[in-house]
Parts: sequence; structure tokens; C-alpha cells
Amino acid sequence: MEQATEAPLKKTPLNARHRASGARMVAFGGWDMPVEYSGIVAEHMAVRTRAGLFDVSHMGQIEIAGKDAVAAVQRISSNDASKLAVGQAQYSGLLTGQGTFIDDLLVYRLAPAHFLLVVNASHIPKDYAWIAEQIKPAGDAVAVDASSRYALLALQGPAALDVLQPLTGVELAGMKYYWFANGEVASVRATISRTGYTGEDGFEIFVPPQSADRVWQAILESGKAADVIPAGLGARDTLRLEAAMRLHGNDIDETTTVLEADLSWIVGWKKDDFIGAAALREQKANGVTRKIVGFEVLDRGIARQGYDAYVGGAKVGVVTSGTQTPFLKKAIGMAYLPAEHTAAGTEFDVDIRGRRTRARVVPMPFYKRPK
Amino acid sequence: MASYPAGYKYTKDHEWLELSGDRGKVGITDYAQQQLGDVVYVELPELGAKLKQGQSFGTIESVKAVSELYAPVSGEVVEVNAALKDKPEIVNADPHGSWMIVVKLTNAGESDGLLDASRYQDLVK
Repeated sequence: MEQATEAPLKKTPLNARHRASGARMVAFGGWDMPVEYSGIVAEHMAVRTRAGLFDVSHMGQIEIAGKDAVAAVQRISSNDASKLAVGQAQYSGLLTGQGTFIDDLLVYRLAPAHFLLVVNASHIPKDYAWIAEQIKPAGDAVAVDASSRYALLALQGPAALDVLQPLTGVELAGMKYYWFANGEVASVRATISRTGYTGEDGFEIFVPPQSADRVWQAILESGKAADVIPAGLGARDTLRLEAAMRLHGNDIDETTTVLEADLSWIVGWKKDDFIGAAALREQKANGVTRKIVGFEVLDRGIARQGYDAYVGGAKVGVVTSGTQTPFLKKAIGMAYLPAEHTAAGTEFDVDIRGRRTRARVVPMPFYKRPK
Repeated sequence: MASYPAGYKYTKDHEWLELSGDRGKVGITDYAQQQLGDVVYVELPELGAKLKQGQSFGTIESVKAVSELYAPVSGEVVEVNAALKDKPEIVNADPHGSWMIVVKLTNAGESDGLLDASRYQDLVK
């Protein structure tokens, strides 16, 4: 999470609230963000057992609208946006011509010809420039960087529904996973989406920046009895890793294809064409030579991002994410390995600061919430 | 605000040293454990290891990061706190009581160069 930044860090509308609440702040993707409030383990456990509230207002929002908006989104996004009803969202990739990840994103269909893309904070200018250029051949559609118009809160955990429902007229129990609705939260105009990055049930709430603090406070107040606590990026990272959700910059980037990342399900294979389609179809036909795996460390130690993976003394791959998970209480991670070493149960070594440590390929996700 | 025991000596790398004759207990400060967050592993040297002042004698690992531990003084490791292997989280709960190693000093004068509690407190303010 360290990085050299020359430009001043950007602040979300909740920055003063985080600082006043005693959060530990770090530089993340050019933003001054809370990494933890009460501690990563406490926040992680709160989300798994009750609920936690995250400020993810650093995430970017790019809107695409116009008569040919569907064609525009279809061209730049790997998943099939034509399958989305108004009020529905999907996970997708923003790909290079090689089928690798410029970014990953959520695509929301706001209206028949109006989409909202939620992208990673550090890639907003790059993504926007790419999208604006690449949708031109699709016809009559424009892209707008609307990031400054939204604050985004994520209320995640089994208690999320009960905590949020008293604050809104939107009937939450009837909202399906990866659907959303417009309404209000604490009398503030809001879009409520049943999505998240933690592997728990929960909601992401888009509100105008000037009202973010009011909504933040209202949710914490409503969640007081259930012991809902604010949570930071540290717990967000351990939670998403337990749920095996990829993190751009770690597990996926412009050097890894969708198929290597084992995300074939976010490709609309039946679509006519999209950026990266030819490369992915060819790779699908020929098979991948390396693939992402989930692993558990068998000895003591945490295999972290960038540590090398070995089979029989030869360096064969690299760890892309790794941590000690507070809920499962073991060291887990993701790594890219040669395809022949990716079957569940395969053992390999990770070089943990000079010490070869045994690890075993396990199925992902590591954690699945009880239904 | 954490209180730093007046009888301890401190390093700029956030270790503390509690001297008793020619022996010193070594741990990390409250400031250090706060920076690290939840500690999950502490790796310590073998008994009999010879340390030089400022040299790494082990690592401490939290959920989010791994850090080196630096010897506040030169000497031989004569005790290692085995309890930290199974309960590393006590470093968070009681940093100034959770010693990691005991060093038999080879150069008593070295500890004079360390910080006292009030100067350390200024450093981490």
C-alpha cells in the first residue's frame, strides 16, 4: 500500500469524519483513505458476523449514454451487457486487444440506453480516456466521467439488511443479488445496489457527495444495536481475498488474460465482437499455459504479493495476493502457476523471505457465506 | 496516549530494552504495535545467537505487513519467549510486557546511546 505520490492526495467527502473518528489513514491509489479503525481483525469479523460500513467513494463512476449506448458498452466491456435488465448490474472486464485487464468494473444498466460503470480509483483517468476513444466506432453514445458526482458507501454483513431497511422506503428483502433500485436513504436521494466486495450479503449505496456524511452517520446510528462498525481498506482486502475476488493491480492487470485469471464467466462469448475477443477465443481454443490458483500455506508464514512460487526447485510462478485471514485463521493467497500444476491438492513451495514454505492448491472461494 | 515505562531504553526503530545487570529484555513499543496492527507471527532467533547492535534478530508479521526486529544492543541471546509462537497477539495487547528475547550484553556502554522514555515519546508524538 505504499507509494510515492507527488500530487496531493485526493479526499473523499468523508475524510474529515474518518480523521475525527481516529481512523488510521494511508495513501491508496492517490487517495487519502482509512486503512483501519478498530483493527483489521475486528473489522473483518464484524463484517462476517454482523456488519461493517466502508467508505469507497474513491471508486470511479463513468456513465455511457446515447442511442447506441448498448453497442458502446458491448464493445469495451467483456461481459454481455445486453443481458442486463434496467436495474441490474454485472461484473466485467475492460480489456486490451490481448484480452488482458486494463481494469475490472461493475456495469449498471440505469435505463435502456444509459449505463453506469464503476471502476477502480487509481485508473479513472486512464479508463475514461480509453473508453471515450474506443466507443467512437459504436455510434451515437458519449462517456462522461461522473466520479465527482457520487459518494459510495458499502454496508456489508449479515445484519446489513436489517440495519439499512429502517432508513429507506426501498423494499430491500425483495432486491436480488446484483440488482439495484433508486430511492432514498436517511432522506437523501440514493441508488441502493445489492453488491459488494466482501463475500457477504450487503449493499452499496450511491449518494451525492454533500450528503455522504449524513448517510454515514445515519447508518452507524441505525446499526448501533447490532454493533455495526466502520471498516477500512485493510479489512476490505482480507475480506475480498477470503471470497477469492480478484484485485486489479494484484491478481489481474495488463499482463494477465481473463482466461488465465479464471474469469471466463465474465466473457460474453456469444457477443459479436468486443475488444480482446479474438485473443480470448484463440486462447480458449489453444488452452492457457498458466492459470490463477487459490492456495493455503501448509507451514508457518504468510505468502505475500510478489513472492516466488517453486516446483521441484524451479521458479514457476508468483503470488499475487496473500494474507493471514482473520475468519478462516490460516494463510491463504492467489498465485499464477503453470497449467499442469493447478489441480486442487497440488503442492508447491513459496519463497518466504529466503525460506521455502509448502503450500497447497485449494478450490476457490476460500470462504462462502452460509445461505 | 500510551505511556512508555520510564525505566526502559528505546530505539528509533521502536524496540524497547529493559536492563537488569548485564542482561536486557527486548520487545517492541506500543507505537510499533499500533503501526503494525494485528500481529500474527513473531519469528525469533535461536538461543545462543550472537547479535550486533542494529542487526535484525527476527521478524514480526501482522495481517497487513512484515517488519524486521532490530537488536537495541550487541550480545548473546540467552532466552527466547516461546509463548509468542502460539499467542503472538499478546504483543498488541501488552507491548511493553511482551518481551521477545533476553540478550546478555557484550558492550554495556552501547545502551547509553539509546533514547529514554521522554525522548522516545517526543519521537513518536
